[in-house]
Parts: sequence; structure tokens; C-alpha cells
Amino acid sequence: MKLSGAEIVVESLIQEGVKFVFGYPGAVITDIYDCLEKRPVRHVLVRHEQGAVHMADGYARASGQVGVCLVTSGPGATNTVTGIASAYMDSIPIVVFTGQVPTELIGNDAFQEVDIVGITRPCTKHNYLVKRVEDLARVIKEAFYLARSGRPGPILVDLPKDVLKAQTEFKYPKKVELKSYRPTYNAHPGQIEKAAALLQKARKPVIYAGGGALASRCSPEIRTLAEALSIPVTSTLMGLGCFPGTHPLSLGMLGMHGTYWANMAVGHCDVLIAVGARFDDRVTGNVERFAPEARIIHIDIDPTSIRKSVNVEVPIVGDCKDALTKLNQRIQQWAAQDWSKMRQPWLETIREWQTSHPLTYRQEGEEIKPQFVVEKIYEVTRGQAIITTEVGQNQMWAAQFYKFDRPHSFITSGGLGVMGYGFPAAIGAQIACPERMVIDIAGDGSIQMNIQEMATAVANNVPVKIAILNNGYLGMVRQVQELFYGKRYAQTALSGNPDFVKLAEAYGAVGLRASRPEEVVPVIKKALSIPRTVIMDFVVCAEECVSPMVPAGAAMTEMLLVS
Amino acid sequence: MTMENNLNQKHTLSVLVDNEPGVLSRVTGLFSGRGFNIESLCVAETMDPQVSRITLVTRGSEQIVEQITKQLNKLINVIKVIDFTGTEFVEREMALIKVRAEASTRAEILRTVDIFRCKVVDVSLQDYTIEVTGTAGKIEALLTLLSHLGIKEIARTGAIALGRSKKEGPLKREGVKE
Ligand SMILES: Cc1ncc(C[n+]2csc(CCOP(=O)(O)OP(=O)(O)O)c2C)c(N)n1
Ligand SMILES: [Mg+2]
Repeated sequence: MKLSGAEIVVESLIQEGVKFVFGYPGAVITDIYDCLEKRPVRHVLVRHEQGAVHMADGYARASGQVGVCLVTSGPGATNTVTGIASAYMDSIPIVVFTGQVPTELIGNDAFQEVDIVGITRPCTKHNYLVKRVEDLARVIKEAFYLARSGRPGPILVDLPKDVLKAQTEFKYPKKVELKSYRPTYNAHPGQIEKAAALLQKARKPVIYAGGGALASRCSPEIRTLAEALSIPVTSTLMGLGCFPGTHPLSLGMLGMHGTYWANMAVGHCDVLIAVGARFDDRVTGNVERFAPEARIIHIDIDPTSIRKSVNVEVPIVGDCKDALTKLNQRIQQWAAQDWSKMRQPWLETIREWQTSHPLTYRQEGEEIKPQFVVEKIYEVTRGQAIITTEVGQNQMWAAQFYKFDRPHSFITSGGLGVMGYGFPAAIGAQIACPERMVIDIAGDGSIQMNIQEMATAVANNVPVKIAILNNGYLGMVRQVQELFYGKRYAQTALSGNPDFVKLAEAYGAVGLRASRPEEVVPVIKKALSIPRTVIMDFVVCAEECVSPMVPAGAAMTEMLLVS
Repeated sequence: MTMENNLNQKHTLSVLVDNEPGVLSRVTGLFSGRGFNIESLCVAETMDPQVSRITLVTRGSEQIVEQITKQLNKLINVIKVIDFTGTEFVEREMALIKVRAEASTRAEILRTVDIFRCKVVDVSLQDYTIEVTGTAGKIEALLTLLSHLGIKEIARTGAIALGRSKKEGPLKREGVKE
């Protein structure tokens, strides 16, 4: 039987096991919507296409499945670009379907035509313009395979209207044949041997785990390695949760706003084991002075991540899980040794750094400290919630004061740092995990960048909670102005903010406010008890700073402690 | 532990890619987006019509060229990347040179053409068009010699290259000079 291109799209989604599509219709993709309604794929109608992409991204992170978006040509397509770029930086598997004008009009500046394949070339893992309906099923098969395999990432598939109308036999391919794409999953045993040799002699080792550790689902293997040899573990913003935050060997986050002791440990370690991390500039600071004493082992599935910014003594290309499994097998022969005793001096040194420079803030007086709010959310949810964040101080306080014991529970736009990410991502995560509590820790600036998704949340009964740390400022930028621009707060005060409680109510959601410290816990408890979309407006101290902070160009061990 | 070496060595890369629309722009976009440089670039189909060969000359430190090679390999449409640097390979460029040819200089031009083993491919009362192939050095040398006679226009390709086949025994390499 022949199917139309539009039907092929929908049947292919079913073949891929897609349960949710986040999208927004338009003229050229009406055929797909017409088919979608009749089939068992749920469509979530967003209010802005950027929201759709972040939802698919949040859905993918929380569920481990590929997230899917569907948007129209022209403005629908361009509205997805920020979301795609964010997913690309964070290696999140999503497939974005965009409508396109009919093939014979392409290149004619037709109504709502845009070269979205050209625009997204540098921010997708790969993208396609489908010109013949006969290629459609194969392309979709490849798109899903590419999105989730190797180093995951976003794939865009552009669908001209005539291709959606044209008909052909539908046969969904069983296998993908891409002669030029073969990710290396198996770590080379010779490299494992070299890594083991370095580890055996290491006196002051540190494991540095990134988002790749979550993508590879190697939390158990990291824990085995850390515990077997008593190696402390720090993780990047993207990696939080891959090693339990409450574990005695956990150093918390490293980097620009990382813990003092994590940065000091990396600055003084003799062997650094990077697992699915890419030595981003927010982690290395002044790269010339990063981990000066360390011999580096770097495990990553993407060879381009290795030796991109720092020199590596033992590169291991492969799936982190495979590499660590092999390494753990190899080190079993050393089980007789008392590693925890041997590691005492190193762990003691780190403990001294931790005691002398803990993560602190002072909750005193009438004003709510933003860190206090995060800490209370942590306590009330007993660390079991999925936390998404916006970007800015809210993001850093969430990373510092919520301890993640479970993987895939912290969802943030790490690489691109997109304000407006957290709320739609929370909706996606909540749809993926209906049984879990999902909270977006937000800033008053960021939340307004995708606030229109309130309608999506309410219409779909998505009971996400938004905790706005309302400081009346673009706080992170204000902090930079306070510290480095003589407190000249150019364009960072947010006058004209709406009344967020009334705003929630206007959307048919619930709005709650806390203005005094003693109101914080009751508001959190109340919000969590309401099975609906809730905005919590926490009126917090306006001029609080995130501390510690590594100024631009400084070494990671030269942290500023801002009080 | 930072990246050392700032050598700016020339590298000739041969990149086999799917012969599809948009592939060239993926390759060049990678270079511009990541701040790598391209000195020259040539593309054409190979024996297999589904595969094209891009020959690309770039410059950079060891670490940069390693990144370039890895990033190229990461593109889904790239099948294979060969860095000829440090291997035995044959490299050629071609140029068409339109040079002013007056009665007094015609003979000298033809003599030069002869010495350089190139060809005159178009003749008019005012000028000769010369076709030359060879290494970049040879083409530069010819241009220098012809320049005082008045070069009107030139069109030049980038380099193309192939690895040398293994030679058996003491056989001499013939016909090609570096
Ligand atoms: C889309 C976008 N525009 C601009 C920025 C730059 N930026 C980073 S943090 C920040 C301030 C965020 O303010 P708010 O959401 O109130 O968070 P706060 O820092 O106050 O917690 C800005 C403007 C960004 N990251 N993303
Ligand atoms: Mg703010």
C-alpha cells in the first residue's frame, strides 16, 4: 500500500516508539497534523517553537529517549534555532522536523521559506533536506539513529510540502547503513593498561566527570572505581548527579562557581581522570595554569574532545561505560591493598580545604537569601526531585545547594546557557516522568523568556513547579558589574516585572509568594501538595552574589570568595 | 598542562566525502566556524560517482591539524581523511596564464614555455594563454619569469594530491619531481 509523505512521517515515529511530539502547526505541515490526530502519538501544543525544542530536550534527558519536535517552515523553523544550538552544545538526542516550501519553490524566496538546513548546519550533529518521498523513511531512520548513537545530538529533518503530499510504498528500514559513521564504543585495552599504570602510582588522583558520563549511563562504574581506589569525584555542571552528591568522596561541582575544595583538588592532583567531559573554559579557567601537576587520562566517545584544549597523556576513545568497566576489571587485582588508608593524606588535605572554605551564606534578618530557598527545596524534597534551572545565579545556586544523588535529575542548559530553558525543559521532564516532582529553579529575568509556556503546562495538566528567585535583577550580570564595573548596574535592574502570583492565576495556574524567611518552607510545602502548575515567587535579597567565583583569565585555584 | 608547539606547518589533506549537495559547505563551514584556515581547495568526483575527493591545503600546529582531521572525520558525510604530510605523495597545481605577447617577446615566451614543459593553449595577436601544471614552486617560478613581460590575467587551481604507490626494489621514480 502506498502512503503519503505525511503518513510516512507519522508511521515512522510510531516505528521509533515515539510517544510525544512537541510542536506547533503551520501551513506546510498541516498534512502531518492531519495524520497525527488519528494515530497513537500524543502531540503537545506549545506556545512558541523555542519552547518545543527545550521540552523535547528536557524530555530526552529525563527519559533517555529521543525527544521530537514538529514545526512549520520559515519563522517556525528559525524559532527552533536556540533550542537546537543548546541541545547541540549539551549533546542531547532530539529530532526536529521542520516544514519547507515545495521543492520547486526552494530558492525563490517563497513565502515562509528559509534555508533552515543551512542555518542549522553548524549547530546540529547532522541535518537533512528530503527532496524525494522515496528517501523519507530512510532519512528518518538515520535521524533517530544518529541522534542517539555515538556522541548524541540534535538532528534536523526539513520536509518540503510536496514531499509530504507525494506517495510511495512505506517500508521502515530495519538497519541503518552509513559507511562514513562508525562511532568507537570499545575502549582500546592498551590504553586501559596505560591508564591503570598511572592510577597505580597516583597519590593524589581526582575523577572529573561530565555530561558524557550521564549520556553513557556509567554512574555505577564511576562509583565502583571511586570506591575501589578511594578517589574523590568532582563533576561539571552537566555531570551533576552522575556520582551521588552526598557521597563522602563527592567534591561537588568544579569550575568558575565550583566548590573551593573541588578546584583546589584539581589544581593539586597528580592524576586527573576525565570521564565524558570536555575541558570547557568554565572548568579550566586560565588553561595554561589548569591542573599543572596532573597527568591526564581522558575517556570520551568523541575524539575531537580529546586534546582540544589541554594535553592528555592517556587518551581513551570509547564509550565511558565500556572503558570504566574494563578499567574496573583491571584494578581488581589490586583489591588486597588498603587504598583508603593509602589515600588518607590526600583526602585529609581536601577536607581541610573544605573546612576552611565551605559553601556558605548567612540567612539573617528579614530578607530571604536565595541559597536558603534552594536549600529548603532540597530538604523538603529530600533530594528526590528533578531540578531544572534557568540561567544565571539561580542556576549556580541550584547546582551548589541541591545535592543530586540520582543521575538524570539535574537538567540545565550548560553549554549555551539559554535563559528561558528551564521552564519548558521542566514540562518535558515532567511529561517523561509523571511520577516525579519536577521543579524549575528560575530567575525573574529568565522565566520571562518562555513564560508563554504556562499555557502549555496548564492546558496539558503538567504539574511542574516554578521557584522564582526574584531578586529584581539580571543577577549574574549585576554581580559582574558589582565586582568588576564599580557597581554601575547598567541595564540589569528589572523594573516592570509582573506580579508573578497574578500572572500564574491569569494562566489558570496557582501563584504563591514568600517575602520573609519563615514563609519559605510553608510555601514550598504548599506548592508541592498541589497537583497543578504552581509558580512560587520568592522575593529574595537583591544583591546577593554567587561565591566562590573565578574571575576571567585567572587560574581555578585563584577563587574570589564573595560575601 | 597546555598544548605546546606553535609550528605553522603546511598540510595537504585528502578528504573523501559523499557526493551530495551541501557537503562542501559543511566542510568549509567547519573551517570558518572554528577559525581554521584553508589555503586552497579542489573538489571533484572520484571513480565512484557517489564519492567526491576534496583536496585541501591548510596550515597549523600539530594540535590544530589533529583537531581539523578529527573534526572532519566527525562530519557524517566524510568517509575518510588522509593527511599527506610526512608521507610520500604527489602534489600538483595548474594555472592558466594570459601573458602579453608582442613581436619582440613572442620567442622568449615560447622558449620559457619549452623550458617549463608547459603549453600554449590559446593565441591571439596580442597575447598567449599558457597552461602549466606542477608544484606550487614551479608555478611561482614561471610567474616570476613571465611577470616582466606583462601578465594580463591568471586563473589558478589549488593543489590536488595522491599518495605514491609503493615501489618495488631499487626502481627509480620517474617523471615526477617534487
Ligand atoms: C537568552 C540569553 N540572553 C542573555 C543571557 C546573558 N545572561 C546570563 S545570566 C543573565 C541574568 C539572568 O537573570 P535572571 O534570570 O533574573 O537570573 P539571576 O541571575 O538573577 O538569578 C543574563 C542576562 C543569557 N544567558 N541568555
Ligand atoms: Mg534575577
